[in-house]
Amino acid sequence: MIFGLPVISVAIWLPIVFGILVLATGDDKNAPLARILALAGSVLGFLVTIPLYTGFVSDTSEMQFVELHDWIARFNIHYHLGVDGISVLFILLTAFFTPLVVLAGWQVIEKRVAQYMASFLIMSGIMIGVFAALDSILFYVFWEAMLIPMFLIIGVWGGQNRVYAAVKFFLYTLLGSLLMLVALIYLYNQSGGSFEILDFHKVELPMAAQILIFIAFFFAFAVKVPMFPVHTWLPDAHVEAPTGGSVILAAIMLKVGAYGFLRFSMPIVPDASHKLAGVMIALSLIAVVYIGLVALMQTDMKKLVAYSSISHMGFVTLGFFIFNAYGMEGALLQMISHGFVSGALFLCIGVLYDRMHSRNIADYGGVANTMPVFAAFFMLFAMANSGLPGTSGFVGEFMVILGAVKTNFWYAFAAATTLIFGAAYTLWMYKRVIFGAVANSHVAALTDLTLREKAIFAILAVTVLGMGLYPLPFSEIMHVSVNDLLVHVARSKLPL
Amino acid sequence: MDLMTNLMPAGAEIFMLAMACVILIADLLIRQSGRQVTYMLVQLTLLGCSMITVGTHEHGISYAFNNMYVDDLMSDVLKLLTYLAVSMMLVYSRQYLIIRGLFSGEFMVLALFATLGMMVMISANHFLTLYLGLEVLSLSLYAMVALQRDSAVATEAAMKYFILGALASGLLLYGMSMLYGATGSLELGDVAIAIQSGNADKNLLVFGLVFVVSGLAFKLGVVPFHMWVPDVYHGAPTAMTMLIGSAPKLAAFAFVSRILVEGLQPLVQHWSGMLIILAVASMAIGNITAIAQNNLKRMFAYSTIAHMGFLLLGLLSGGIEGYGSAMFYAVVYVLMSLGAFGMIMLLSREGFEADTLNDFKGLSQRSPWLAFLMLLLMFSMAGVPPTVGFYAKFSVLNAVVQAGHIWLAVVAVLLSLIGAFYYLRIVKLMYFDAPESHTPIVVGSDTALLMSVNGLGVLLLGLLPGTLMSVCAVSVQQSLLLH
Repeated sequence: MIFGLPVISVAIWLPIVFGILVLATGDDKNAPLARILALAGSVLGFLVTIPLYTGFVSDTSEMQFVELHDWIARFNIHYHLGVDGISVLFILLTAFFTPLVVLAGWQVIEKRVAQYMASFLIMSGIMIGVFAALDSILFYVFWEAMLIPMFLIIGVWGGQNRVYAAVKFFLYTLLGSLLMLVALIYLYNQSGGSFEILDFHKVELPMAAQILIFIAFFFAFAVKVPMFPVHTWLPDAHVEAPTGGSVILAAIMLKVGAYGFLRFSMPIVPDASHKLAGVMIALSLIAVVYIGLVALMQTDMKKLVAYSSISHMGFVTLGFFIFNAYGMEGALLQMISHGFVSGALFLCIGVLYDRMHSRNIADYGGVANTMPVFAAFFMLFAMANSGLPGTSGFVGEFMVILGAVKTNFWYAFAAATTLIFGAAYTLWMYKRVIFGAVANSHVAALTDLTLREKAIFAILAVTVLGMGLYPLPFSEIMHVSVNDLLVHVARSKLPL
Repeated sequence: MDLMTNLMPAGAEIFMLAMACVILIADLLIRQSGRQVTYMLVQLTLLGCSMITVGTHEHGISYAFNNMYVDDLMSDVLKLLTYLAVSMMLVYSRQYLIIRGLFSGEFMVLALFATLGMMVMISANHFLTLYLGLEVLSLSLYAMVALQRDSAVATEAAMKYFILGALASGLLLYGMSMLYGATGSLELGDVAIAIQSGNADKNLLVFGLVFVVSGLAFKLGVVPFHMWVPDVYHGAPTAMTMLIGSAPKLAAFAFVSRILVEGLQPLVQHWSGMLIILAVASMAIGNITAIAQNNLKRMFAYSTIAHMGFLLLGLLSGGIEGYGSAMFYAVVYVLMSLGAFGMIMLLSREGFEADTLNDFKGLSQRSPWLAFLMLLLMFSMAGVPPTVGFYAKFSVLNAVVQAGHIWLAVVAVLLSLIGAFYYLRIVKLMYFDAPESHTPIVVGSDTALLMSVNGLGVLLLGLLPGTLMSVCAVSVQQSLLLH
């Protein structure tokens, strides 16, 4: 409780209320006011999530900060919120990124400022809701509501081909969600009339039903992650989205899909998860290796980072489906680290794009000469993306590989190739953009980072380094929950 | 005294009929400039009816006219919503009709007679009463569509509507006569008992059922009896389209559920199979064809076809879940459709109908608030939370899964995904495209307020849908399943 109010509800609704206030500032005459209100709302929104971390008891896997109210009595649906060691960090991550995104769009966004800022604030609240919901219909409502602001962000402020990307994004994710809805309703009828996620965890199900439910969930979550072969919306969406949209997509929205696997697929249908683990691992490895190679070939920086995201998320799903503590904790750490690193990389590309209006690698060269400070920050994030020890990128990848070795050496071998490919595509891009002689007059005219941009990157750099050097605060908070989940998943739910 | 108590259940209808006649005569004495008086009288009539409906509400079920007429919770709730929908329709269309010279006494009296027809349909407990209500409604609507005499499209639409409607009525009557022949009764309860007893000729019953279901399908506008819907929606002046596309759906729900659930419940295996085919075909053809439409009214016509298919899914699932969800779906659909057609009328002006997709281009720059309301309505039609359209789909899907038709639920969601595309396209046009016209949008304060309430209502009901869901479930439970 803060000021007598429930923490999670405040974390969800405060940004949304600020979003509505920002919308109320109206057209672009009031843009400065909209910006300040948005910044205030997002910073406040982050501050109110801090009690979730400081007040969190890390030696239990029980849900904490629980709020439970009746919502739709007719279907026994509750407004039920709570966090455990798995979800709490993502809530913080979401709230952490909102002020950065607001700052990143401070000057660049000139048309419909209020709507832009409000979309991000509202989305922030909705995404926190996704991570905190313990009732599956509440989860579903947040999950789908997330699509509306993102659809608008891509479509209104995006690049050339934005309409195609926005519609593709929306329909792809809606397809998955609708199948999940059918699965949730089926589970409701099997569990004797409850939509509680934790009640679903206890329902006994025959194998055939488990596999169908797994497939339904797979469509919902795999599209969001995104896993090979349903990943094709992501490069389009990323390329067309404005910088802030790309950051939120990469840093938070992809995590929502992976989180779904942990909260729904694995504990609700553990037997099907084990049975289909081979397929999941295969798809994950294809993502790691094949998409890594695809990333190598990209000429568009944003597309390259987008493919790199898919490849890194392959690591995450691999870590989940090898069913051991190293793998799962590594995957969770990888999710958080990838949030910071990919968010930072998209911000870097945004900085370049704002100045040059090009994402083509070929248009750049020798940026280090004109933007030395930027080059240094970019270097750090590029290294983190390729998993250099000492940066946050290393911890998760290392643990997942360690976990994979325990299951099967060749899984680990295939996964480890990412350390080579990841370094190759990231550093090669870095080399072509940053080093060398000044490529053209546009590059020569570049100005280095402003104070606002420096502040954004400094915060991210500290986090990336901090998490790489001392990951304990991140891992200890999830420890008990992860172990508990693994115990649960190991138990068969087939009816005797 | 005895007569009075006997007439009580039909009090609102009697008042409506009397007022319709009074207004018809009074309107003769009013000049065109004083037409607002007629308008106010009509609104007051609707208000009076709702007071009578609330006032005569009793617990349980009461019958009138030798069981030909029934007054129960479901009929009261549906009637109140019908008054509301008709009243909203009048507010939305007032300005639109004045500009087009259609703001006449005939229009308003016909609207009242149509409402009367709906009320009779909602409360009928006898094949003849049902038919009577249906014809009062249909004849009023035919005349309303034809009201714009100088418009060739409207006249054509009226003609089509009339001929196909008459054909459907014929089918329905033919089916009813067979059921009468087999069971020896026209009262719904007696029909059910006669079928239950097993003495009725099975072949004759099923034959009659096919005709009745075809007739109902015609009236609901579901595939393959849907051909009239796009033409009528397109051809009629938007105000009339709005009337056809909104409140009568509530009456149609009552009509279909009374015949199939109360009267022909023992034949449920037969009719639920037929409804599956109708529902899936409607959702498929409605959603896919809507994509190809450039005219918004035609698009909404196909979208109605798809929505009616979804509603049938609820009906065929049975039980409180099924009928309750179908009723909820009907109510939610009416709310959304009022808003959508309201928006078309709001954007129309003299000599210009905002009924093509291009007219919505860049609306968010011309009027952010209207665009936002339309966005809510479109996402609600597509069934995206947190709007109420999601809960409508959700409760129907729940009923379908509970009835054991999981594959039907999967088919339904896949087809509604296709539907999401064309609703999304409107949002795309409003938000992503540049406006084609910069004519300022002039909106009367009454319509603007109603539109805001309508659009935000879709959102608020989406955040707190519990009450309306329970009302629907309870009224269905007390009315359809207690016999």
